[in-house]
Amino acid sequence: MTPEKMRAAFVEELVRVAPDIDPATLADDDHLQDDLELDSMDFLNLVSALHRRLGIEIAEADYGQLSSTRSAVAFLLARQG
Amino acid sequence: MAVFKMPSLGADMETAKVVEWLVKPGDMVAHGQVVAVVETQKGAIEIECFEAGEVVRLDAKVGETLPVGAPLALIRAAGEAAPSKAKPRPAKARPSKAPPDSAQGQPPDAPPEIPTPPPEVPEVPREVPEQAPDEAPGTAPAEVPEPPPEVPGPTPPEVMRAVAPPPQGAGPPASPAARQRAAEAGVSLAAVVGTGPGGATLLGDVERHIGAAQAEPPAPPARPGKQGLDMAEMRKAIAAAMVRSKREIPHYYLSHQIDLQPATDWLAATNARRQPETRLLMGALLLRAAVLAATKSADLNGQFTDGAYRPSQAVHAGLVVALRGGGLIAPAIRDAETLALDALMEAMRDIVARARNGRLRNSELTEGTITISSMGETGAEALFGVIYPPQVALVGFGAPQRRPWVVGDTVEPRMILSATLSADHRISDGRRGARLLTEIERLLKEPESL
Repeated sequence: MTPEKMRAAFVEELVRVAPDIDPATLADDDHLQDDLELDSMDFLNLVSALHRRLGIEIAEADYGQLSSTRSAVAFLLARQG
Repeated sequence: MAVFKMPSLGADMETAKVVEWLVKPGDMVAHGQVVAVVETQKGAIEIECFEAGEVVRLDAKVGETLPVGAPLALIRAAGEAAPSKAKPRPAKARPSKAPPDSAQGQPPDAPPEIPTPPPEVPEVPREVPEQAPDEAPGTAPAEVPEPPPEVPGPTPPEVMRAVAPPPQGAGPPASPAARQRAAEAGVSLAAVVGTGPGGATLLGDVERHIGAAQAEPPAPPARPGKQGLDMAEMRKAIAAAMVRSKREIPHYYLSHQIDLQPATDWLAATNARRQPETRLLMGALLLRAAVLAATKSADLNGQFTDGAYRPSQAVHAGLVVALRGGGLIAPAIRDAETLALDALMEAMRDIVARARNGRLRNSELTEGTITISSMGETGAEALFGVIYPPQVALVGFGAPQRRPWVVGDTVEPRMILSATLSADHRISDGRRGARLLTEIERLLKEPESL
């Protein structure tokens, strides 16, 4: 998957979890918890959705790498088959 | 015949706008069936009917904003004689089943309601639903005066006074012209703000009300989301409940630090073996521990209504859910003590999702017996909550912190949780309250037993 497609997939799942986030104003360095106010339930739902959609293993120990759109996309690209 | 009224929507909501009817005249409804959707300051709420029988008539129109207690529909209990049989009429008597296409509008020939004022809104709250005896279908008298239907969840008298004109005889005072106009337009007098002497409803008030209802935009789509909630209105709703709580409930507060390391380690090991879909959140462990502790705390788990405290056997756990964009709501997970950890996690996931993006049911907003509020995994280390009336206790969990802790004779870095209790001094004292917190501590030290 190309970086552009991975980013699009990530943003789509992010907005599904938090529908008030506007993809047009989302900055790649926005912190998911601090800036976008995802709580632990939102975050778990996001991880579940990414796992389902991409088939990528995401352990709890990896959660720290999903702190922003930029770092999450980098992590997912590195992990994809 | 029973009048199905706008049920209580919790301590902080006094009115709601009907946005959708899911039944029509002639339909049979069962006890607990969702029959309508209303829009409140905290989003769409599904309204359950606590009568069983046939829908005779819909009194509330889509788009109408009505106070708690306003008549919504008329339900004929199963086995109850149809009006045409009870009171034989000439051949032109209204058919017992209205044609479906008139369902959303006015009944073709509105029954002669004019001389009969709407049944009085109960001045004092009735029992909480699970303790209220079900009115046996068929035993209710077929004639007026009808027994007021059970209001699921109490509404304080002052709220009733604030939204409805003071009762005079069996209904709000209104001029004959106002009554006639309201009946013609199918408008409930209880919904009209009266400007006459003593709050009496005048003809002009009814006209204004009808005009306002017609001016309102068409009904929103079938599934209104949480977006577009009016934050100022939500703050007002929260303020009303919290002011009432602080005015009526003499709070006392306890705080206890708990070593969360055993639960933290157990959770990490458990989740390491699971795919994300089945992983647990620390919030679920904390909720489970609080619920189990509440089953042993009769003084903290229940509702205080009508001047009396009623402990509850079941734990209907009110979970404080922060809404994205601000505000919060505390729907109850019913019978939470019967749910093992994984089931409780699923129930949490469901109720959080519905609180934010979907629909809650009115019973979920009124039946809570204790509130649990968690800061989550980041944030302040302790929270001291305001009790959500008519409940009498709130358990607060701060964000766990890594702190020095004495283990044996050494100091170790451990995850430490501050658990707090806000409780009602009318019902319990600190000593009783402390037992709940120490029980939570005991349970969290043995997470595998949760």
